[in-house]
Amino acid sequence: MPSDKFRADRAKRTRTLTLGAVMLVAGAVLAGFGWSTPSLVLAGKAVLFLVGLTLVFQGVSRLVIGIRGKRIDLLFTLAVIWLIGLITVAVLAPVLPLGEHNDVAKTLLEPTNMSPQLLTDHPLGTNNQGLDMLSRSIHGARTSLAISLLAVTIGTVVGGCIGVIAGYYRKGVDSVVGIFTNALLAVPPLILLIALSTFLEPSLRNMALALSLLTIPSMVRLARANTIAFAQREFVMAARLMGATRLRVMARELVPNVILPVFSMAVVMISALIVAEASLSFLGLGIQQPDPTWGNMVAEGEGGAMEDFPHIVLVPGAFLFLTVFAFNLLGEKAQQRWDTRSAKL
Amino acid sequence: MRRISLRIGELIAVLFVVSFGVFAMVTLMPGDPAVAILGEGHPPQDYENLRQELGLNDGLLHRYWDWLSGAVTGDLGTSLVPPQTDVTERILGALPVSVELAVLGLVIALVLAIPLAMWSAAHAGGAIDRMISATMFATLSVPSFLAGLLLIMIFANGLGWFPRAQWVRISEDIPGNLHHALLPAIVIAMMELALFTRILRNDLIVTLNEDYILAARAKGMPPWRIMVTDALRPSSFSLVTLMGISLGRLIGSTVIVEYLFALPGMGSMIVTSANQGDYPLVQGAVLIVALVYVVVNAGIDLSYGYLDPRTRRVHA
Amino acid sequence: MNERDDLVLDVRDVRTTFLTPRGPVRAVDGVSMSLRAGETLGIVGESGSGKSVLGRTVMGLVSNSPTTTITGECRIAGLDVHALKPKDRRKLWGPEVAMVFQDPMTSLNPVKRVGTHLTEALRLHLGVSRKEADERAVDLLRQVFIPEPVRRMKQYPHELSGGMRQRVVIAMALACDPKLLIADEPTTALDVTVQKQILDLLATLAADRNMATILISHDLGAVEGRTDRVAVMYAGRTVETSQTSRVFNAPVHPYAEALLASIPRIDDAPHTVLRAIDGSPPNMLNPPEGCRFAPRCRFAVDRCHQESPELRELADGTADTHLGACHFPLLPARQEVS
Repeated sequence: MPSDKFRADRAKRTRTLTLGAVMLVAGAVLAGFGWSTPSLVLAGKAVLFLVGLTLVFQGVSRLVIGIRGKRIDLLFTLAVIWLIGLITVAVLAPVLPLGEHNDVAKTLLEPTNMSPQLLTDHPLGTNNQGLDMLSRSIHGARTSLAISLLAVTIGTVVGGCIGVIAGYYRKGVDSVVGIFTNALLAVPPLILLIALSTFLEPSLRNMALALSLLTIPSMVRLARANTIAFAQREFVMAARLMGATRLRVMARELVPNVILPVFSMAVVMISALIVAEASLSFLGLGIQQPDPTWGNMVAEGEGGAMEDFPHIVLVPGAFLFLTVFAFNLLGEKAQQRWDTRSAKL
Repeated sequence: MRRISLRIGELIAVLFVVSFGVFAMVTLMPGDPAVAILGEGHPPQDYENLRQELGLNDGLLHRYWDWLSGAVTGDLGTSLVPPQTDVTERILGALPVSVELAVLGLVIALVLAIPLAMWSAAHAGGAIDRMISATMFATLSVPSFLAGLLLIMIFANGLGWFPRAQWVRISEDIPGNLHHALLPAIVIAMMELALFTRILRNDLIVTLNEDYILAARAKGMPPWRIMVTDALRPSSFSLVTLMGISLGRLIGSTVIVEYLFALPGMGSMIVTSANQGDYPLVQGAVLIVALVYVVVNAGIDLSYGYLDPRTRRVHA
Repeated sequence: MNERDDLVLDVRDVRTTFLTPRGPVRAVDGVSMSLRAGETLGIVGESGSGKSVLGRTVMGLVSNSPTTTITGECRIAGLDVHALKPKDRRKLWGPEVAMVFQDPMTSLNPVKRVGTHLTEALRLHLGVSRKEADERAVDLLRQVFIPEPVRRMKQYPHELSGGMRQRVVIAMALACDPKLLIADEPTTALDVTVQKQILDLLATLAADRNMATILISHDLGAVEGRTDRVAVMYAGRTVETSQTSRVFNAPVHPYAEALLASIPRIDDAPHTVLRAIDGSPPNMLNPPEGCRFAPRCRFAVDRCHQESPELRELADGTADTHLGACHFPLLPARQEVS
């Protein structure tokens, strides 16, 4: 009976709301405890904090179901919010009232290695030279994002074009492209970067160029595979028969179709590039101090600093993790929509 | 047969390109190798003599050919940095470390991934499946150097269960070796574990939807047996491909881990020699790394024939 | 002695409901039937009539789960399949009841040899040694008329033709001597010439072993002449069931009549218009009230749209059972059945 259904639904909704609220509060308590208590080993604190966060997440998710009646993809929404927020703040960084991020001369009087205190001048603490962690993290975001986005754009455009050409012309061009692609892939990415870093100055532009070399082979492969698949379809033949030049066919028929899976892979690659740049900077071969990037910020924790001042590693680490996670999620969704063949990988 | 010879031809072409690329790139390095060896402050004639001796004044192709012909016979040149040991010797010393790390990491990842994936696939969509998937996804998003640092923070320094640096050769002391190798291997395993579990799980779910699985169920076979004997093998193809790619890639990518744990493997050797401008070492090491990757991948291709009987014979 | 005891299959009022994101779907909505040893029952209907789901429910392959609800009784050799624990239910599959699936291409595991498919079942249920299992497997292949059985044992499914693969599937089903064989569209995926061979094979094997068989098909021709009785299904319900010859010669339900009339015959005059049935099967998320065939029935009146007809005995003046679910069955004297 219709009224039974409604009543049952209401009871269910109340239960969901209550459970959600309980989880939220319990989770917040656990997380807060894990964050601030001085009394436990770091491992224990981390566990408490993570469990607390999970509970908060589940709680909010249930609350949303209870209020709205429908389930939303909470994780995806949060990821998008994080990215939009981060990019906005990164772009606006020079005009925001942030602390000092790289000029050591200006921080001679600031406290060093201060732990995060949310309501002070240094909400995320300072490093061992008094530079503000929040500001450094945001400026680091600026650098990392700029490099990655630039690199992925270059890689996509160049790799995509080469891939389409190779996939459409086949024969000789395809073999040559194939050999070069395989050759590039045969060298492990990090090794390639390290080798390049020995004779390139670690500027933003050079790093973007080096990283784009990493994306090109995968893009070539993807674009080529998709081009071959599409080129066999009748609409391509129809265009040729109507007198289109090969260039026109590639530009007007193939590229618009190939662009979607290529774009999805590009999003997936952004996170890989962020990690690559961070790894390189961590090794000291990328962006140099005192200019911050998440990689070299984590490197400051080496040599014993991280035991005493874990926030030096955890703050940039958290930024790094959240951003990479968000891009990965976005990329996966994009692939599910537009490129189901690679989506599983 | 034709397929195999074609593949080998491709292989060789790729190796040529890689080796030439590395060689050419290294010559772009700033600084004068002669200066790097002799140090500053010598009269210009000394540098010129050394350059003559090293053949640095010959054309690029000439030098490449010299180096390559040497390489094929096993002589990769001599390191520029004192002690000027034979490059091949240095590589042979460092390679086993990297190989061991990579293999150990892969084994750990595989051993953990298979049961995790099977469980996830069997209860696809359930709470445990989603939890495992979420954890794996999160692990994929943690860069290896961060994971390594955190693990060191917790296990090596915090709890003191594992040593932080140094290395014990496997030829000397096996338990000691494993003790040192375990934590770095776990760091390596983390990333691969996440990848393997996801792919195997997805593949298993697809396989489990096939008709022959239903037919096997209708024969009365218990679910775990179906999983192991019927579902696992067809699903393993993409896993095997991935393993091959991982193995080849890891040999060089153990860089971060080797750096973090101060281990004498190929990765850290390349980093140090790159910093020092020791180009023969860099060239030789990168060549070997590329060789391993290419050979392993070829091996993976061939193993397909064993795993999937449909590909064993040439298609009619 | 209770008459029910010699029934190999006894199904009473079984309903299978699937919970989909858009609502519950009652794929099988109150079907009853029974079979004795050696009998062959045909189940015919369009795609979506629920016949495949019925076959799987009867066997227990589809069973109660968070998204599936099954009510009613399905007794095989006296045991209610859905009341058993999964472990016990599995013990039935093979020795008591077996199923032959539609597509032989996909029913066999491509990475397993033909022999393994057979010996697996033998060793699992009968516990025989490997050597004996091999021998029995070869014998089974011989029984399904596969030439050179010893050689075939070692081959892989992709090395066999479609017809041979289906024979292997049949051999696999018969490996443990089941009392009941359910064949779900066994010939749909095969060439026409092979179809006859397979159907003949099934008939021979059933006769030799005194095995009860259910033949599910949308192809009326496959069912005619090879089954003792037939049940016509529409929208999850049985609309007519009786001896095959009776249903085929003098169908009583308008749907059955229309179905039979729609088959093109070789002796039709050229350019004869095909007598298709107008409309399409109902949406099982929201089946119509009243008779489900009424929207498409050319005899439908108001009562048909309001009241759902029960499946009941029709007094058509003969001794054998003839059940039909219609308010106005097409009996020689067309009267309203109250």
